Amino acid sequence: MKLQSDGRLGAGDKTLEQWTKRNKKRKRMKHARELVRITLLTTIAGCFAVLFLMPIVLTVTNSFMSASEISANYGQVFATTNTGGKVYIAEKVNLKFIPDMVSFSQYITVLLKSPEYLLKFWNSVILVVPIVAFQLLVAAGAAYGFTRYRGRIKEIIFFVYIILMLMPYQVTLVPNYLVAQWTHIIDTNWAIWLPGIFSPFAVYLLTKYMRRIPTSVMEAAQIDGAGEWQIFQKICLPLCKGAMCSIAILIFIDYWNMVEQPLILLSDQERHPLSVFLSKINAGEIGLAFAVATIYMVPPILVFLYGEDYLVEGITYQGGIKG
Amino acid sequence: MRKNGSNRRDKKGKLMSFGYLLPSLGGVLLFFVLPFLIVIYYSMVDNPINHQFVFLDNFIMVFKNAAFLQAARNTLIFSATAVPLAVVLSLFLAMMLESKIPCRSQFRTFFLSPMMVPVASVVLIWQVLFHYNGTMNEVLAVFHLDKIDWLNSAYAQVVLVVLFLWKNLGYNMILFMAALSSMPKDILEVAVLESASPFQIFWHIKLRYMSSTILFVTIMSLINSFKVFREIYLLKGDYPYDTMYMLQHFMNNTFGRLDYQKMSAAAIMMAVVMVIIIGILFLTENYFGKDVEG
Repeated sequence: MKLQSDGRLGAGDKTLEQWTKRNKKRKRMKHARELVRITLLTTIAGCFAVLFLMPIVLTVTNSFMSASEISANYGQVFATTNTGGKVYIAEKVNLKFIPDMVSFSQYITVLLKSPEYLLKFWNSVILVVPIVAFQLLVAAGAAYGFTRYRGRIKEIIFFVYIILMLMPYQVTLVPNYLVAQWTHIIDTNWAIWLPGIFSPFAVYLLTKYMRRIPTSVMEAAQIDGAGEWQIFQKICLPLCKGAMCSIAILIFIDYWNMVEQPLILLSDQERHPLSVFLSKINAGEIGLAFAVATIYMVPPILVFLYGEDYLVEGITYQGGIKG
Repeated sequence: MRKNGSNRRDKKGKLMSFGYLLPSLGGVLLFFVLPFLIVIYYSMVDNPINHQFVFLDNFIMVFKNAAFLQAARNTLIFSATAVPLAVVLSLFLAMMLESKIPCRSQFRTFFLSPMMVPVASVVLIWQVLFHYNGTMNEVLAVFHLDKIDWLNSAYAQVVLVVLFLWKNLGYNMILFMAALSSMPKDILEVAVLESASPFQIFWHIKLRYMSSTILFVTIMSLINSFKVFREIYLLKGDYPYDTMYMLQHFMNNTFGRLDYQKMSAAAIMMAVVMVIIIGILFLTENYFGKDVEG
């Protein structure tokens, strides 16, 4: 027995006692080293966590400053977009974690006095919700179509979907724009809705999930006399409920954050969602911007807090493109 | 008899299954595939009225366009730095959360949260941080370093990489965590028994097994790296500093001028480049991960 590796009976050990002693010492050493490693890693993770959370936390805390405190601290930063509103501009920019005085004045102004922000928020809702709902609906059907009776034609079509999904906006927006122009839906919400609804993203993900359902389940149902509609509705959809939630969250995040599409497809700024409009807030209204920004991140944060596990699951499905 | 009947039912089912596919297929054809074919056609004619066939002239014209070259160069530099960094750092974060540190699920939540936050919401903070008199420069001043005009100098690309990493690391990390946890345990145990060093285990086993995930993360990061336009637009508007002028800016400005030819040629070139890059990535992955597939 001349195993030389860690903690095993080695050549140097004459007796069993010697070996046990050495082994114990080694184990203690290992334990100490492990402790140092864990502490180090936790510290690094902590640093990353602070970096990741800081911008979000700062946005929220700054939304509780009064408008005058904001312009006193940050006026200079946003002065370049000033259109002539009189603001007091400080010499230096002070980033503050905690407001001098907690005030809800930003929120009161945004929610009660200036309806334009709420209007833009509503634009976002109007643009995003139908896309999430109908993209899922269309994708559910398509995924079922791709799952049942797989053949060469379907595989080719599915491959085209994957290629389309991988194309950046710079490529897909040109076709979208041309169609929107021919069908005269440009500058209406339909120009955003329709390409969104037929986006291949959800189809790809849901197909990958649905194909995991064993075919024997569906065949058994078929032998028992279930039609296609029944198999779809009674077997595939219930089994994919979790996946549908995950995909809905992913679609929602993506479109809630949209900038490119409205810029190109909606020339009327009245229709722009808040995600685009926020950047146009000028220095005169900078005192409100943080509250508006915070309000805008509330829906995705809520979705995140309730559906983090779904989100993680959804991202996980996405991996392994060769499915 | 019975076989015949099930055959007929099969055929009917097959047809019906195409029916389920139809709405999506119709939409994709109408909004993506057919117009894309027309885009190809547009890219090869001189203008939409004459329809004079000019073959590659539009592409050459785009290639000679200074703005396009600038945009392409910036996009290339940005993607070539941001994507590898995103892959390596997110792998590091994932391995960190795989080790036995406390509060792992909290850390996961923290790292993932930037993905949820709309760019528009945090852009205000970025502006304060990276302004000429902003917080970053005050930090530099503590170390007696000169002020940097972050958003209006060559450093703008650095800022962009930071913003990109901030937003995308969490997403990539989840992908890597899934790959790490689905790794076959028996092979790792054998490696430990054979007294392989942690580095050897990482390099020879884990990386090999994750090759398809690395491929996927690289592709997704590449696609997401084109979305950095959002940050730039929200920070700086239509015409940012030179080094931040990306392909999407070029496209936006061509949309504004309704120059179909330029637009189509640029879109097609991008599509071709994307297909080539993704193809190369697939081939590389196939080469390195062949023996561990399945």
